[in-house]
Amino acid sequence: MFEDLRDLYQEVILDRGRKPHHGRRLETFDAQAKGDNPMCGDRVTVFLRRDDGRVQELGFEARGCAISVASADLMADAVIGHTPDEIRAMAESFVDMARTGVSDDAALETLRPLAGVHDYPSRVKCATLPWAALQAALDGAAEGVATSE
Amino acid sequence: MNAISQLGFDVTRIRRDFPILSEKIRGKDLVFLDSGASAQKPVVVMEAMLHAMQHQYANVHRGLHWMSERTTEAYEETRDSIARLLNAADRSEIVFTHNSTEAFNLVAHSFGRGVLKPGQAVVVSEMEHHANLVPWQMLRDAHGVELRIAPITDAGELDMAGLESLLGDGKVGLVSITHMSNVLGTYTPAERIVKLAHAYGAKVMLDGSQAVVHRAVDVQALDVDFYTFTGHKLYGPTGIGALYGKRELLDSMPPFMGGGDMIGSVTYQKSTWAETPHKFEAGTPAILEGIGLNAAIKYVEAIGYPAIAAHETALTEHALARLSSIDGVNLFGRAQDRGGVISFTLDGAHAHDVATLLDRQGIAVRAGHHCAEPLMHRLGVQSTARASFGVYTTLEEIDALADTLVRVREFFQ
Repeated sequence: MFEDLRDLYQEVILDRGRKPHHGRRLETFDAQAKGDNPMCGDRVTVFLRRDDGRVQELGFEARGCAISVASADLMADAVIGHTPDEIRAMAESFVDMARTGVSDDAALETLRPLAGVHDYPSRVKCATLPWAALQAALDGAAEGVATSE
Repeated sequence: MNAISQLGFDVTRIRRDFPILSEKIRGKDLVFLDSGASAQKPVVVMEAMLHAMQHQYANVHRGLHWMSERTTEAYEETRDSIARLLNAADRSEIVFTHNSTEAFNLVAHSFGRGVLKPGQAVVVSEMEHHANLVPWQMLRDAHGVELRIAPITDAGELDMAGLESLLGDGKVGLVSITHMSNVLGTYTPAERIVKLAHAYGAKVMLDGSQAVVHRAVDVQALDVDFYTFTGHKLYGPTGIGALYGKRELLDSMPPFMGGGDMIGSVTYQKSTWAETPHKFEAGTPAILEGIGLNAAIKYVEAIGYPAIAAHETALTEHALARLSSIDGVNLFGRAQDRGGVISFTLDGAHAHDVATLLDRQGIAVRAGHHCAEPLMHRLGVQSTARASFGVYTTLEEIDALADTLVRVREFFQ
């Protein structure tokens, strides 16, 4: 019945949405920030531990849909080991991919399953919310705002 | 269904009045179960607005020419229709607003600041739309009026004993409560609320945004002081709604916004106000929308509230029976007296994911906090999906929702 939805809900998204690998508050962290989507009530809080100028560990607490939880989890996989500048560039590419459905940025390889959201304008923010929270954490802000425009 | 057909209700015929219902969504029949957010419009509403634009349109209340006079008559006739709909004692007790939200802001401003004194209190309930919460928070912060929250029971009914205990100290000047919850479908016992509040010297405002769509409202029988509804949920256009207020109350209140149409006379130094209700209607109003609302009200009256209410009851009973029999579906609100707004969650799937899957089958439901975030916390959820019904909703559409939800559950298992 929902075959055409497999673009959006790929297996990896359903899996990570159900059982995220990084869905926990870190025991020690040096930055945290939350992302709120006031239109739907979704909230993601990310926790970072940095060392040698690179993100060594990322955990998150989320209340939200499968897309936002899976996006946060895949984001954690993708950014660990990277510098804040690299992560900001990835975030920019990711938001672009979520809106357009395409990206030639090789750094986004593992995030490509989320490209399907571009067909669902009301769901783009679900995918970009964790990135907004992460950017806020890197900037030392308490809160990030996801935009879909 | 026999009782309904005896009332002359024929849903097939009604659906023909709403052309949008024959639209296809990605090749599937549209199953529109989001009328509680905004209802679809019958042809008569569209025609009334189109006719005005084609044949009789000008600004109202100011032109001395034929077009303005005819337009004013058509627009003002809506005030008569609203007065009839709500059984107001006098047409001057009907104030045009743009929606219910504006009505709450009007009362919070003009009654809240103009009549209530700092130290007095306003009571709302735990199951209010943000429109009946945020304006009172703003009043509290600006004017020193206390805001009290009346509890609901776990079944989703207003806790009348809890309400009474908030009234006990006699400080409450206004009780503002929904007539029908936009999340739980609960009808509140309006008559008892009014009697109780009046016994403690408090005025009462009811949010009829959902209730007036399904049930006849009689503001005189209720003895309610303020009542509001919005046109777009009642099959009318957006941008037009109404506030009913008892004449002596409206007379005692200062204007809301200043500008054209609400004045008696103006000099550079000072102005005087127009009579009630015009002193609350600053600026060029939503003329075409008002004319459209008149057509919507007449449409509803022609079907008749007994038939509308019977249809809603049949739909609600069917939906509650079908949805509650699905494993993993959790329904919110078990009020004895409830109507065609049903919130639910599905185990293992977030409401947004549920809504996206339903949408792929052409089924439109709302998902989120329904502009009632504190109520979501009270219910212990972040969000729910919500199916809400209109005159054109069919039992088959509810079956489609139930059947598809079973498949949605399988998808996320």
